[in-house]
Amino acid sequence: MAEKILEMRHITKEFPGVKALDNVTFQVEKGEIHCLVGENGAGKSTLMKVLSGVYPYGEYDGDIVINGEVQQFNTINDSEKAGIAIIYQELALFPDLPVYENIYIGNEVKEKGIINWNQTILKSKEMLRKVNLKVKPETLIKDLGVGKQQLVEIAKALSKNVQLLILDEPTAALNEDDSENLLELILALKAEGITCIMITHKLKEVVTIADKATVLRDGQTICTLDAKKGEVNERTIIKNMVGRELSDIYPKRPEKAIGEPVLELKDWSAYDQQLGRHVVKKADIQLRKGEIIGLAGLMGSGRTELALSMFGNPKNYKLKGTLLINDKETHFKHTSDAIKAGLAYVTEDRKGNGLFLAQNITSNITVANLNGVSSNGIINMNEEVTVAESYKQSIQIKSSSINQLVGKLSGGNQQKVSLSKWLFVSPDILILDEPTRGIDVGAKFEIYTVMNELIDRGMSIIMISSELGEVLGMSDRIYVMAEGKIKGEIAAEEADQEKIMELATQ
Amino acid sequence: MKMINEAKALIKENIRDYGMFIALFAIVVTFNLLTNGMFMSSRNVSNLLDSAGYIAVLAVGMTLVIVIQHIDLSVGYVAGFLGAVAAILLMQQGWSVFLVIPVILILGIIIGLFNGFLIAQLGIPAFVATLAAMLIFRGALLQVTEGTGTIIVQNSFFNAIGNGYIPSLMEINSVHVTTLLIGLITILFFVYGEIKTRADRVNYNFEVVSVPIFVLKLVFIVAIIGYITYVLAGYNGFSWTLIIVLVVTMIYHFITSKTVLGRQIYAVGSNPEAAHLSGINVKKVTYIVMGSMSMLAALSGIMYTSRLQSATTTAGMLFELDAIAAAYVGGVSSAGGVGKVTGAIVGAIVMASLTNGMNLMGVGISYQYMIRGGVLAGAVIFDVLTRKRGK
Repeated sequence: MAEKILEMRHITKEFPGVKALDNVTFQVEKGEIHCLVGENGAGKSTLMKVLSGVYPYGEYDGDIVINGEVQQFNTINDSEKAGIAIIYQELALFPDLPVYENIYIGNEVKEKGIINWNQTILKSKEMLRKVNLKVKPETLIKDLGVGKQQLVEIAKALSKNVQLLILDEPTAALNEDDSENLLELILALKAEGITCIMITHKLKEVVTIADKATVLRDGQTICTLDAKKGEVNERTIIKNMVGRELSDIYPKRPEKAIGEPVLELKDWSAYDQQLGRHVVKKADIQLRKGEIIGLAGLMGSGRTELALSMFGNPKNYKLKGTLLINDKETHFKHTSDAIKAGLAYVTEDRKGNGLFLAQNITSNITVANLNGVSSNGIINMNEEVTVAESYKQSIQIKSSSINQLVGKLSGGNQQKVSLSKWLFVSPDILILDEPTRGIDVGAKFEIYTVMNELIDRGMSIIMISSELGEVLGMSDRIYVMAEGKIKGEIAAEEADQEKIMELATQ
Repeated sequence: MKMINEAKALIKENIRDYGMFIALFAIVVTFNLLTNGMFMSSRNVSNLLDSAGYIAVLAVGMTLVIVIQHIDLSVGYVAGFLGAVAAILLMQQGWSVFLVIPVILILGIIIGLFNGFLIAQLGIPAFVATLAAMLIFRGALLQVTEGTGTIIVQNSFFNAIGNGYIPSLMEINSVHVTTLLIGLITILFFVYGEIKTRADRVNYNFEVVSVPIFVLKLVFIVAIIGYITYVLAGYNGFSWTLIIVLVVTMIYHFITSKTVLGRQIYAVGSNPEAAHLSGINVKKVTYIVMGSMSMLAALSGIMYTSRLQSATTTAGMLFELDAIAAAYVGGVSSAGGVGKVTGAIVGAIVMASLTNGMNLMGVGISYQYMIRGGVLAGAVIFDVLTRKRGK
């Protein structure tokens, strides 16, 4: 039996009112790639925070054993000294600093307290080579794509002589190419003897890469699956994650009644004045009543920009072309005009520009349609609570009450609040930008079901998504974008992954 | 036992809201003991509240400015300048006081909209934009008072704003009857409002606090209002300053807690980008908040000039810092999106009580500044700690 690099024994962590971890046991052997899977709120992130010292020794029960020795981490620095590095979903880089400074920040190459910048650059080149990233160390982080930024994070971890690398949903924000790169890199690191724990929602990745997979559910370890024994496959993982068999991930719509065009873009271009380039180029799109169109494409292909440019243009792009709503040419001066015209946009970045994290569920749900709960500008708070309660029920937002702060909810429930907010506007055209990013299988299914219900009620949906399975499973028609252009349109019956990827990488 | 537990839970949940009331209570009791009851004497309480008035109205506006993650450093000299303009219009131009007051308030709004233009339209950081305005209005104040020096205001109606008291219908044993009546009406309205809110919630089948706790809370607040009214009625009754502050507070409290505009202000403060995507006009909200701030600065200027019965060359100096301090002591959060108007008023009273109490005790001015600084730091530390625990 191989040596255990990490053993977490009987870890229990309680927050006021909730037991986030309940007697969790977790073992990782040296040199393996170990995936940690589970629904949102299952306790994966909490477990990793315990391990990395974010929750210091004494705030939890149980033991952390590394290479046979019980550890007492009080800070992240302590765990780094023990060779543990954790890379979060939200990257912790400084956008205005160059790559080399980011790699060695907090770990400066110095003599007598004075930084040797030349040495730093030289060493950072070495690290960049290790992660196979071909950029100059002087490049600023903000000029790199998310995929490359992720590699810089890993380079940073490697510079600290990491033994155990923890990646929290590393591919959530990456396109398929970058994801593949990253997985290859993880395999390469494994060959060099680095152990890796990866939290992910993408089960395909787990199947491809994992030596072992541990499933958490409701703060408890359910099982550890071993790839050598052939246990790591999607069905088994899903069954253990949700405790039930999912027969069909994408709910079917019984009958489709597709009507007249409700939204049309003709020759639509958007010029980003800050970036100094076109983000959307001569796009033509048609959305008909009762239809879901999928907007596929790689990260940075201009899908979000396209959505924003027609949703009242909050980024102040210079626009060209025609936008027709119900066959009428329309110009929106502000997002409020777009909302009035029946549009709604559910953002991909719910924490950044979707939700008010310091406010409660009620305020978040009613904020885009305050007139719906007020008369003469005065809010009827009881009415407001009724509205919030009804969405909590119908969309199944899991929370202690509607007075809970949204910042304290799990990702899936935050997404449901974000969706509720826009449903309360009762739009005709709903733009969903990555509606299921970073949320678990169960919540995904619930969101797909809601989408189908909305279509039944005569709504039309534009779904931007990087998950090909979702695009294929849910859309009636698919547009593929690349470099700001619509590269092609495919009917759902004729679409498959290869066709989409072919257009997206043209 | 059950009742005590419920009360405990209630206090724990609302520690941020109740914290400053508890602090104020502690300060009042302490000073009253240290000064042998002088602190809570009718005359002193009346004096204290009047001296806090012109900062209190600023603190109300400042709270909203800080809620939307901006700051306004110009309010002090805007108050000073507009106070001087009011004096000039009254004394040198011979305008009627009924014309002067609305004109000054409108001038305030215009100044605020200009600040709003720099911040919202041009994207200049509020700190810099209002620092520039502060320098400009400091200069403007010197300019208009340069020729004459201090301008004495001899207009009994205008001067009553800062020094006068509401008329008494009759006095019984030298107790101010109108004041008692107003106090009584306030109590009745308050009790009615609370009972109605509770009944509405019951109608909607929402959770409400148990009857004993509800009654206890009512009795407690009624006792406080009643006591303050009684104390004030023993001197000259409610001052016009106090009435103005109460009206401003009620209007702003209503706007921030019950209206669409209020909700939009907190949304912009909490996450401006999300607010924009939710169809809220962030620029418009910024204009409104900055406009209201300078309007209140104009009001503050009127109150200060009236209180001194003159406009001086240094009027308004450091008002902005007192107002910011009061807002922070009152629980506004530096992270934006959190803070109540009522808190700002309590904050202003806390700061005024400290000054007043220490003056009564004869504490040296040097120590007074240090102690007030400590209290300000303590308030912000409390804010940060309670927020952490909330997580």
